[in-house]
Amino acid sequence: MPLTIALSKGRILDETLPLLAAAGIVPTEDPETSRKLILATSRPGVSLMIVRASDVPTYVQWGAADLGVAGKDVLLEHGGHGLYQPVDLGIARCRMSVATKRGYDWAGTVQRGARIRVATKYVEIAREHFAAKGMHVDLIKLYGSMELAPLSGLADAIVDLVSSGNTLKANDLVEVETIMPITARLVVNPAALKLKREAVKPLVDALAAAATAQRAVA
Amino acid sequence: MRNWILPEAIEDILPAEAARIESLRRRLLDHFSAHGYRLVQPPLVEHLESLLTGTGRDLELQTFKVVDPLSGRMLGVRADTTPQVARIDAHLLNEAGVTRLCYAGSVLRTMPAGPGTTREVVQIGAELFGEPGIAGDREVVRLLLSSLREAGLARLHLDLGHVGVYRALAAGAGIAGNAEDGELFAALRVKDAPAVAALTSRLPAAWREALCALPGLYGPAGEVLADARARLPDTPAIANALSALDALAVAAADEVEALHVDLADLTGYHYQNGAIFSVFTAGQTRALGNGGRYDGIGKAFGRARPATGFTLDLRHLADVTGVTAPRA
Repeated sequence: MPLTIALSKGRILDETLPLLAAAGIVPTEDPETSRKLILATSRPGVSLMIVRASDVPTYVQWGAADLGVAGKDVLLEHGGHGLYQPVDLGIARCRMSVATKRGYDWAGTVQRGARIRVATKYVEIAREHFAAKGMHVDLIKLYGSMELAPLSGLADAIVDLVSSGNTLKANDLVEVETIMPITARLVVNPAALKLKREAVKPLVDALAAAATAQRAVA
Repeated sequence: MRNWILPEAIEDILPAEAARIESLRRRLLDHFSAHGYRLVQPPLVEHLESLLTGTGRDLELQTFKVVDPLSGRMLGVRADTTPQVARIDAHLLNEAGVTRLCYAGSVLRTMPAGPGTTREVVQIGAELFGEPGIAGDREVVRLLLSSLREAGLARLHLDLGHVGVYRALAAGAGIAGNAEDGELFAALRVKDAPAVAALTSRLPAAWREALCALPGLYGPAGEVLADARARLPDTPAIANALSALDALAVAAADEVEALHVDLADLTGYHYQNGAIFSVFTAGQTRALGNGGRYDGIGKAFGRARPATGFTLDLRHLADVTGVTAPRA
């Protein structure tokens, strides 16, 4: 029974490979150096598909991949419709936060209920967060270098992933609110879980066990 | 040229496909008729209140709305035929005993139901009213399977679930109807085990453990039902639900290639309240057909009636039966 797992290069791939190895799946070529987008693994029939992070839910939803690993941020932006999300892999850990220029009166702005401009790549998460707070915001969709927005006067605040906080610090920005912690999730195509259960369920269980074991060590 | 482009997720049906759909429609309606199901043709639009009576918010969001220039009232274009047929049974026919009805026609949805699907779904289905027991569930599941065979499909995979298991656990844990109920329902739908664990962390241990077990309770019927009996509280509602699934599994076992139970499967409409089912075939990421029990809708129309039935998407069926090799 062939199985395809969609992964994105970078932190998710780096931190998923040890979990896959614990489940007995090792790519036959080094994904970092190979230019192939579909990689065979040590387990016959199981292949890895290298896609862009934000495309992982789409590939799994359409059944082009049976399983995938995607950050909670990506899943929330995508909506997660038609996907099972059975395991929190506990990897690629970071947080979604609101940040402003140092010295910006955030508390006062929130209290006044002033309408502010927020720049972000994560429009759905930002919209939901500010709606829950009852704040009116104008969202500006950006695709990268969010830190520039408050510095250049494009926006009052940004919503972005924060890992160490060093990029914020280097650009004289401060985190004023944490929206939610973010980790990567295993996502599964519902039909694959039903129709290929003999292959999929042991893999889901093995990855869950590997993730739990890794968390116990950390 | 640009003016002739159809709206997104709306399609023409061209001759080859139209011929297949029409031939399937005739064969299936004859098949339903041979089993005693009478054809009804509910209207394309209704007053919004009556169209959405007894259904959930999920259906409201899927419904196109227009203002009726004759009355100034709000009309809805049907997004699902089942509630209309339930209205006909409860309100117009008002028959004592068992009523069997079937239908075929287009419904319109504001959003495509899944990847690659159109917003105009050609539904065909059968509904059974007035049969409360397992006999009713068994009859519609067998009719669904024989209909798919009639359409030329073999190697079917039947997936059974029961909304009553989750409902009983939510009621037992004292969260039925709360905000947590809605969130938990949504988390179970996507088998989000971490979210289920977080949402149930403050509940009494027995209920928490049972709710956390649900996302893992899927697989071959015998195995899952035995596991469920061991891990879920032995309340009458849960015992009833599990024995209903047992009976359904026995009734259908010979007719399908694989028979699974998924106790966290709450993927149907919110109006469903008993045994639910969907049928898959290899190589298809969408269910061929699905259905289940919805005893509550008739009550909203003034006459509580046990009800169960199923719906097939004729276009999807024609697509699957029209290609010889299954698509990957």
